[in-house]
Amino acid sequence: MGGSLLKKIRVVVSLVFFTSFLLVFLDFRRMIPEDIINGVTWLQFIPSVLKFLNVFTLGAIGFVVVIVLSLIFGRVYCSSVCPLGIMQDIISWFSRKFKKKRARYFKFSKPHNKLRYGLLILTVLAFITGSVLLVNLLDPYSNFGRIITFFLKPLVIWFNNFMSFLLGKVNVYALFPVEVKSVPFMVFLLQLGILVVIGWMSVFHGRLFCNTLCPVGTFLGFLSKFSVFRIRFDKSSCTHCGLCGMACKASCLDVKEQLVDVTRCISCFDCLPVCSTTSVIYGTKKQLKKLETSSQKVETSGDKPDLSKRKFIFGTIAFAFGTVGVTKSQSRIQLQDTLKPDGLQVKKDTGFVTPVATLQSTVPEDREFPVCPPGGTSIDDFNYRCTACNLCVNACPSDVLQPSFFEYGLKGILQPRMDYWKGFCNFECTRCMDVCPTGALLPIEIETKKLTQLGIAKFIKDNCIVHTEKTDCGACSEHCPTKAVKMVPYEEDDRLVIPEVDDKICIGCGACEFACPTTPFKAIFVNGNSTHKIAEKPKEEAIQKSADEDFPF
Amino acid sequence: MKRREFLGKSAKTAIVGGAVFSLGGINQAWGKGVTSADMPYDLVAVKGGEPGVMFDLAMNAIGGMGKFVKKNQTVVIKPNIGWDRTPDRAANTNPELVKKIIEHCLAAGAKDVFVFDHTCDTWTKCYKTSGIEKYVKEAGGKMVPGNTENYYQEISIPEGKKLKTAKVHELILESDVFINVPVLKHHSSTKLSLAMKNLMGVVWDRRFWHKNDLHQCIADYATYQRKPDLNIMDGYNALMKNGPQGVSKSDVLNMKAQLISTDMVAIDAAAAKLFGAEPANIPFIRNAEEMHVGTMDLSKLSIKRIKV
Repeated sequence: MGGSLLKKIRVVVSLVFFTSFLLVFLDFRRMIPEDIINGVTWLQFIPSVLKFLNVFTLGAIGFVVVIVLSLIFGRVYCSSVCPLGIMQDIISWFSRKFKKKRARYFKFSKPHNKLRYGLLILTVLAFITGSVLLVNLLDPYSNFGRIITFFLKPLVIWFNNFMSFLLGKVNVYALFPVEVKSVPFMVFLLQLGILVVIGWMSVFHGRLFCNTLCPVGTFLGFLSKFSVFRIRFDKSSCTHCGLCGMACKASCLDVKEQLVDVTRCISCFDCLPVCSTTSVIYGTKKQLKKLETSSQKVETSGDKPDLSKRKFIFGTIAFAFGTVGVTKSQSRIQLQDTLKPDGLQVKKDTGFVTPVATLQSTVPEDREFPVCPPGGTSIDDFNYRCTACNLCVNACPSDVLQPSFFEYGLKGILQPRMDYWKGFCNFECTRCMDVCPTGALLPIEIETKKLTQLGIAKFIKDNCIVHTEKTDCGACSEHCPTKAVKMVPYEEDDRLVIPEVDDKICIGCGACEFACPTTPFKAIFVNGNSTHKIAEKPKEEAIQKSADEDFPF
Repeated sequence: MKRREFLGKSAKTAIVGGAVFSLGGINQAWGKGVTSADMPYDLVAVKGGEPGVMFDLAMNAIGGMGKFVKKNQTVVIKPNIGWDRTPDRAANTNPELVKKIIEHCLAAGAKDVFVFDHTCDTWTKCYKTSGIEKYVKEAGGKMVPGNTENYYQEISIPEGKKLKTAKVHELILESDVFINVPVLKHHSSTKLSLAMKNLMGVVWDRRFWHKNDLHQCIADYATYQRKPDLNIMDGYNALMKNGPQGVSKSDVLNMKAQLISTDMVAIDAAAAKLFGAEPANIPFIRNAEEMHVGTMDLSKLSIKRIKV
């Protein structure tokens, strides 16, 4: 097979994967069926490993396929399947358009073996001892998910809103505006830091992220040592012209020594078409021997790491972790900032009479635990299973899932939680669990989900409108799908009714908290269950009244 | 006089300014609707049939949809689509009835029939599960979103006691004919959800109502000059308890009733009677009558009673 054809196939395959991932993460109208989403994410290495461990089904063996592929073809996963890898290629491709001619080319560099294997071992050890923090920060798929969700999706929605505004002018409602739900500032900043590191690496060093920081890249690189097909030099015909090395974004071709570092080669085939003497080939050992006249063996390089570069990389990692280590107090400030309900403030200077100012609620909610999404089973289990790809955040039709900062503590950073200021959990919906690629949200049946108690609503009478204003409200009970929040006679005024919570049938969906109009503190809020429980089914009673034949008037 | 704002929050001042500016023009678009003098009855009450059959009979009795909808006019229908619930749960307006209404409007020569609600549950799910989206499309109407603030324009309610301004969906302000199609149901905080309560779904900020004497705000909004030209109460399936969304099918009574009136207070009073409640005991009905929105004393009204 010709080298340029191989490269073309690689480009097409990678663009197909990349586009699929983009569509899945940018699907703000939630039109893509769950099965298709599962198909797209099926091959993702770390999610697949986790799903296999969490759910233990044959449907979760995507990672086995990746291992087999790597043993045969080398790191084709990194070049054509991994969305973050492809994204880096795109960044690097664009950036080269703006570079001076000489700076456009890549050059061979030595591997950072201690760093990459060290990080891989550290990540695995941390995982074994119960922390997915490193996995979450380094997993390429999850990083891609967050980058698209936090940075690209809002732009796409703004564009959609602009287009729907134009169409709306002619009463066409095929497009509709969608509210951009902003990500908490610190979460945004943290991911921006990671993006800057990855972006810098891809602009100046091609696939350096994949070959130093990415645990999947390092692991598959190790496997590639045994791969059947790989890039090899035909030393008999090679003229040391160096074109292949200049095309190699993995910086793994040592032209001087005619060596290929297969652990870093991502099988992108960029080197094949540039070689004027077809001395760089992709094939088996036998195929090479046929070509070669000399009997010299081709070996992988094992050079010592470059210290100055390593210093820089340690620096960037330290920076990334430094961003993580922001104090909790700052996250509280951020939390306060998000406590601005939409549309509550009545504008002044409108020319109209400003409506009566309402009292502010006074008692802060006493939240013991955050609310972990359905299927998470318990906060600890969930924190240990989720890689924070934010796919569920995108898929949730109610926008109740939001990435967390320190609500779960450091262990659950960036993982989704139920944010009842943004929305509430739809009673008849299991979409987050249906799309979760890691099994962090176990796929539970809809009937079980309707009884799964994520938390329990707590009523704060001193914040309640009925108590403070002496008027009817009942927004909480109205929104409650199980009527766990019911209105009972108010003891101080029998013409009014006030909410009361039945802990046994409350499922913690947050509809009451979302609907509660009091600010800055809610009069009813959901305190998370550290372990999800099963609520009782609401009692059904027949209606006393029957349909009359006659009119009562 | 269309003025749709996108990127809502960044353009708040523009919205306010535009609303003031646009009010004059909007007023001219409607206000020439059917007055009670044109109606042979103050209230039409039908019992014992399927939703479509009852509506046909009621329309016959008042002289057809042509009274309300003229050729080439635009119509907006506001059913209750508040909840992600199937039609048999009576949390939303019956989809067959909505379909029938659209057919009557189009037969009368309507140019466009729009349907929307500012839902409580996720709107896309509500539109779908309620069956209304499907039936509207079948009938030739257009489902319109009501999910973002951009669609809502600020208006003033001069007679309001608590609610003096509100942001109202542009279709209510722009359409020639406004048809209000509530479903008869129990409501945990307002006791009943009826025609006037259904109008909470045409405004953006409902939390303000809940905060500032809900019953009074409902009555206040009912005084706003852009009133429904026609109210059609769906009592085919009535939610008798655990309202406004219900917990199970055992909350639903197959009442097979339908009411039609141009008077929101009258239709709500009659619906309360059907439910088994005394209208005077429902504060928003009482408040609205005190503010001269309509008549709740049914003995003063001419009522056409039809049994299928």
